[in-house]
Amino acid sequence: MNCTEFLSKLTDYFDGQIDPALLTEVKAHLGTCHHCEVVVDTTRKTIDVYRGAVTYEFPEELSNRLRAAVMERCLASGKLPNIEVKASAKPAGQ
Amino acid sequence: MAVETSTIAGAPHNPFEEVIATDPQPEIHPDVALVERAKAGDTAAFEQLVRQYERQIFRTAQHITQNREDAEDITQDVFFKAFQKLDQFQGNSKFSTWLVRIAVNESLMRLRKRKTSKTVSMDQDVETDEGSIPRDFAEWRPNPEQNYSQSELAEILRKTIAGLPPGFRTVFTLRDIENLSTEETAAALGLSVPAVKSRLLRARLQLRERLSRYFRQNNEASK
Repeated sequence: MNCTEFLSKLTDYFDGQIDPALLTEVKAHLGTCHHCEVVVDTTRKTIDVYRGAVTYEFPEELSNRLRAAVMERCLASGKLPNIEVKASAKPAGQ
Repeated sequence: MAVETSTIAGAPHNPFEEVIATDPQPEIHPDVALVERAKAGDTAAFEQLVRQYERQIFRTAQHITQNREDAEDITQDVFFKAFQKLDQFQGNSKFSTWLVRIAVNESLMRLRKRKTSKTVSMDQDVETDEGSIPRDFAEWRPNPEQNYSQSELAEILRKTIAGLPPGFRTVFTLRDIENLSTEETAAALGLSVPAVKSRLLRARLQLRERLSRYFRQNNEASK
């Protein structure tokens, strides 16, 4: 297995969806190729750092505001059978 | 490296259609009871569902659109549309996956609207391997979390993912950040499973290459 062939199997390798014979080949390649070993390690860290980081803030104030707007729109639509729609209720942003 | 040749673009025709679970004996998720109560008119149950998933939907929308105001609008629209179509949710998939599919659809529509002067599709820039072939082989030591504050790290991650083509960014977001399966990601985007795998590989490699600039050992540029 060369580096190009190894890279084409990288997604299946990360996802654990690789057949045992191919996995043996992949591991053999990793044992002899430092570059591919680094690519595996740093790609794994790429995934981990995105999973672990709070990339976008979602403060309580925003949460409350969005939820209130959603519920107001839902109630104003009058869709629920046992909900009495208030005459003054209007969709958010109008 | 094999180049994906799929030309299937963008979102599915019906984002409300569920991806049927392949598990022969799926466990009943607690959301099913909340959905049933909401369908029966219990708004507190629906509000609980909003509370549970608003953060995830907002994050997905912001990753795809790269715009905070759009993400706020989309989050509202997703839950309102879900509320209106609640009777179409039969519990064959996770409720969160159903919401994410709606969010992806709304986000992609928003991206297309924003770029009306220049036709842009989910396939733009994904037919090339540019940036996906590893060139930087430096190790990352110490780990990124040890070298940067939380806010510095968040800024680096935001800047880096924003530079990916939307087709790659969206697949990476669903698969690696939101933990959807390959099949769920494929269904949400109207792509084949091989197309998702191909885009995911290139998204991961491009992000790795770009992040290496900040995280590589003995990096002088980062400090």
